[in-house]
Amino acid sequence: MGSDLILFGLFAAVAVMGSLAVIGQKNPIYSVLALILSFFGLSGLYVLLEAPFVAVVQIIIYAGAIMVLFLFVVMLLNVPREDAAEWDRTHPYYRPAPAVLGSALAAATLGLLAWAFSRTPGLGAGVADARPAASSVGQLGRVLFTDYMFAFEVTSILILIAMVGAVALARKREQ
Amino acid sequence: MSGVLDWLTMPQTIFFLAVTGVVFLALQVSAAVFVYAERKVAAFMQQRYGPYLVGPKGLLQPIADIVKLVFKEELRPKAADGLLFAAAPVISAIAAFAAFAPVPFGASTTFFGLLPEPMPLQVADINVAVLVIFAITSMGVYGIVLAGWASNSKYSLLGGLRSSAQMISYELAYGMSLATICMIAGSLSLREIVDAQAGYYFGVIPKWNVFVLFPTGFIAFLVFGTAGVAETNRAPFDFPEAEQELVAGYHTEYSSMKFALFFLAEYINMVTAAAVTTNLFLGGWHGPLIPEAYGWIWFLIKLFVLCFVYLWLRWTLPRFRYDQLMAFGWKLLLPLATINLLVSAAGVLYFGL
Repeated sequence: MGSDLILFGLFAAVAVMGSLAVIGQKNPIYSVLALILSFFGLSGLYVLLEAPFVAVVQIIIYAGAIMVLFLFVVMLLNVPREDAAEWDRTHPYYRPAPAVLGSALAAATLGLLAWAFSRTPGLGAGVADARPAASSVGQLGRVLFTDYMFAFEVTSILILIAMVGAVALARKREQ
Repeated sequence: MSGVLDWLTMPQTIFFLAVTGVVFLALQVSAAVFVYAERKVAAFMQQRYGPYLVGPKGLLQPIADIVKLVFKEELRPKAADGLLFAAAPVISAIAAFAAFAPVPFGASTTFFGLLPEPMPLQVADINVAVLVIFAITSMGVYGIVLAGWASNSKYSLLGGLRSSAQMISYELAYGMSLATICMIAGSLSLREIVDAQAGYYFGVIPKWNVFVLFPTGFIAFLVFGTAGVAETNRAPFDFPEAEQELVAGYHTEYSSMKFALFFLAEYINMVTAAAVTTNLFLGGWHGPLIPEAYGWIWFLIKLFVLCFVYLWLRWTLPRFRYDQLMAFGWKLLLPLATINLLVSAAGVLYFGL
């Protein structure tokens, strides 16, 4: 149990530090790399929760495919690193509206999280003792295609709509 | 403290460390052998001699190459991003080595009774091994892409961009054919998939996954093999380094051992791809005549044949055009792999495999 706690601290630290580094970087390439690091931290947490399949899928889908596309776009557009002038322009002091809106959103999210935690029973008990219902791939598939069938199909339709929308936006206009 | 010492002197631990060390060394040696084989095979196909001066039949050529590379000057473009420029080849090499860890290469053995219980010939037996290999190899692309970007050179950048686009396109077909086999075998563990391939159909045809549910297994094999060549950036899919268009692509600005690391990674990736193909489709260490305990001999034979096919492809086929590459991946391989997956799913249901 002790080593589990140490590992949890390690992976959680990697995930949080990675996320902080994403917004702390001036160079967008480094932001992308920090996000990948953060995903590795999350993946480690999944392994600790005895869900190796979810952990590996997290790496394959997010770190292996989506972030490659991010990197591709950042490199293709050759996004420049933020300079001091850019930082001044976007400083909360000069742009109060987004800053206030963002802070409100962050506060709302935190409040929601706190509310959800306060209503979750058995938080004090170890998570690993609770035995996740869907640890193996077969069980996960069964749960996904029975109990969560609707959410699963709706998600796929959502992705399809996003895809069609992207193609429609990127298509060359007539004339 | 004595607990650690006990653990270290346990036969299992020594065996595990030995297997890990042997795999690590064998991968490096295989890269050297591969370089020599590539030059000899290329020479044979082009009716030349190939390397023949260093050592008998030029056998010491790889060692001469390594010595030369070690003593080369290390260059770095002034405008390069120092950290990523140094990290990129290391990422490539680490991903290449790590990807071999979950690959089994022989049946469980007690090593002539030296071990109290049979141990698998494998560095790490993971129950989602197939996906772990898939995940680690997909990390290898970062080495190439970051090398392309960090070099701050237009040829390198184009090579990196091509690599990322190519990887994304072919990973889908790769994953689909992988899913076909995992579904038929009913497992994500490479060891279980290989064990399911022991025995014969009608006493003659080996029960390999190439022949399973004919022709779906064979189609999956072809798609997997093709996508595997594309994933390892080999000709006819060697777009990231296309010499005639991009000088040398992503490693244009690299020299000395950093350059060597990229090549090490490329050849190890080929060995890994061949090993995974052997395990998934060609029955792994199962084969006639040789007893199960020496199955790794069969494994090596199949591995060498596949590696030779890689070389054969490179020196036979011309490179695709870029639009052909994309059309081939998205319009032919992906639909083929998807339909194949559906057909074999129906087959699994019908025959109750």
